[in-house]
Amino acid sequence: MGDINTAMAEQYRNNFLKEVEANVEEGQWVKMCMQCGVCSGSCPLGPAWEHPPQEIFMMIRAGRREEVLKSESMWMCTSCYNCIVRCPRELPITHIMHGLANYAHRLGLAPKMNPTRRFAKMFWNNLTKSGRVNEIELSVGLYFMDGFKTGIARAWAMKDIGLGMLKTRRLNPFGFVSHKGCKDKKGIHRMLKKAREIEDRRKGFAA
Amino acid sequence: MADVVATHETIVVVGGGISGMTAAVEAAETGKNVILLERAPSLGGRVNQLYKYFPKLCHPTCGMEINLRRLRGNKRIRVLTQAEVLKVEGRAGDYKISVTLHPRYVNDHCTACGACGEAVATEIPNPFDYGMSRMKAAYLPSLMAYPQRYVIDPSILGTPDAEKAREACKYGAVDLDMKPETITLTAGAVVWATGWRPYDAAKIQPYGYDRFDNVITSVEFERLSDPRGPTGGRIVRPSDGKEAKNVAFIQCAGSRDRNHLKHCSRICCMASLKQTTYMRERFGDEAQSTIYYIDIRAIDRFEDFYQKVQADSTVRFVKSKVANITEDEATGDVILHGVDTEGYHRYDNRHDLCVLAVGMEPSADAKAIAGVAVDASGFIELGPTDGGIFGAGCAANALDVNRSVQSATASVLRAVQVVNRVAKAEG
Repeated sequence: MGDINTAMAEQYRNNFLKEVEANVEEGQWVKMCMQCGVCSGSCPLGPAWEHPPQEIFMMIRAGRREEVLKSESMWMCTSCYNCIVRCPRELPITHIMHGLANYAHRLGLAPKMNPTRRFAKMFWNNLTKSGRVNEIELSVGLYFMDGFKTGIARAWAMKDIGLGMLKTRRLNPFGFVSHKGCKDKKGIHRMLKKAREIEDRRKGFAA
Repeated sequence: MADVVATHETIVVVGGGISGMTAAVEAAETGKNVILLERAPSLGGRVNQLYKYFPKLCHPTCGMEINLRRLRGNKRIRVLTQAEVLKVEGRAGDYKISVTLHPRYVNDHCTACGACGEAVATEIPNPFDYGMSRMKAAYLPSLMAYPQRYVIDPSILGTPDAEKAREACKYGAVDLDMKPETITLTAGAVVWATGWRPYDAAKIQPYGYDRFDNVITSVEFERLSDPRGPTGGRIVRPSDGKEAKNVAFIQCAGSRDRNHLKHCSRICCMASLKQTTYMRERFGDEAQSTIYYIDIRAIDRFEDFYQKVQADSTVRFVKSKVANITEDEATGDVILHGVDTEGYHRYDNRHDLCVLAVGMEPSADAKAIAGVAVDASGFIELGPTDGGIFGAGCAANALDVNRSVQSATASVLRAVQVVNRVAKAEG
């Protein structure tokens, strides 16, 4: 991963905006931002962001590559779409935030212990393994992400919701053993592999 | 209305605001016959509703008065009020314009004595004050109204109030049997000066214009500041009548926004800068004006005005488009939320009153009525397809008074050329 990072930094030397435009989903919109600040003010998680979206756009244009890609900020996005709805220039801000997070992850620059990144990975692995999410495995995995003790505490805190879900048969407690994937698991894996190849080729990730 | 004489050499001006009045006067002063059509019962348009206006911060009583005098003294101008244009058909040199004349229920015997207004009990919202005050249903549209004749609102027809108005008139001016009539005018050229209307602020959902009493529009603030306005010139909050010494102005309320108006309305920055001077005029050093902006567009030669306002210690500038507004129910204060661009500081600022500098949109659909080319925002474009119909003032673009007048004069020049061509052909 480190190699791709070096290669990209070399290729787009001094022009991080171009790099974003070429490699980040919807990145071509970044230059359209007029710095009005409505996105940052409209974000329900706004106060938790180190750099609000408006600032991230400006940092991209200022070429502050490392700072942006190593930032925790875009990982805070919960896809509420408030920013997209209100943006006077109709920038797909949510998508750009996810695009940046994904790009930073591919380059190996994303913060290693960022909980959103770790959960996203967990979700992806869980989903692609069988083609269908194994809910009990995923939730137990999430609770115990930071060790056994915190896991017990989290599970205890959520027990009422969990029991409610069991009662209404929204959660299969035997999912660990009885979870059935989709019919053509191998087909799904082949498809994903191919998609990955195509994307890597398009974005110049192919080693 | 059989006495309206119109030929192929007549210029019809649609709209009697500052642009239309200018166009009519300019065309008539070059010797052309002009018919000036106005949908409202009185000339003057939106400029009349301002407290002061650019470029020189005149009161409308001054600037408009000059135009009115030129207009009244010119025999070549025929003014038709309450005249609504339904359709314009034809081509340059030969237009047929169908116009509905709505009844005023008051004839030209009226001396504007006001006896009918006193006799009538019914009150209706006053459009001159954007509905912030109420008036009698027999009314003079404004003090400067031209023609100086009362109007009977159709809502009281058939009620005892209407009869009272008729009986109160010593001059036999109240005629309740008037009916709308539709006439067709001939014209060689048309100057289309239907002007603008403020963008509907309630559509900007996060600002809560429809929910919070103390969020008003810039045009309403003009009325509040006017000594002849609904509060006698006292800048007070609609919720409780408390003096509003701490006022927020939000720029680009609806303009430069793909969810609302795509264009820059151009006047709003100057309007808010001007309105901070009203604040200083009323409250002196106790005034607190805060302007929230994306960037200040002090067009043309007004940069010095901007600098003057910047130097005023009572005015603060915050570079940020406000994200949303909430209301403190206990006090009625408005709280503005957002993040500024100079340092990315998150703010929750409390103000007595919030003024939305709303954008301009064309007030009439010129494309549907007259078949002219318009741009994405509905403003008339000058193009070869237009033939003999020329946009003037805010029907052609978002303009201030100064530029509207220039635009009107330019359109008259084009219209005069069309009419001159016709005159030559007719010999």
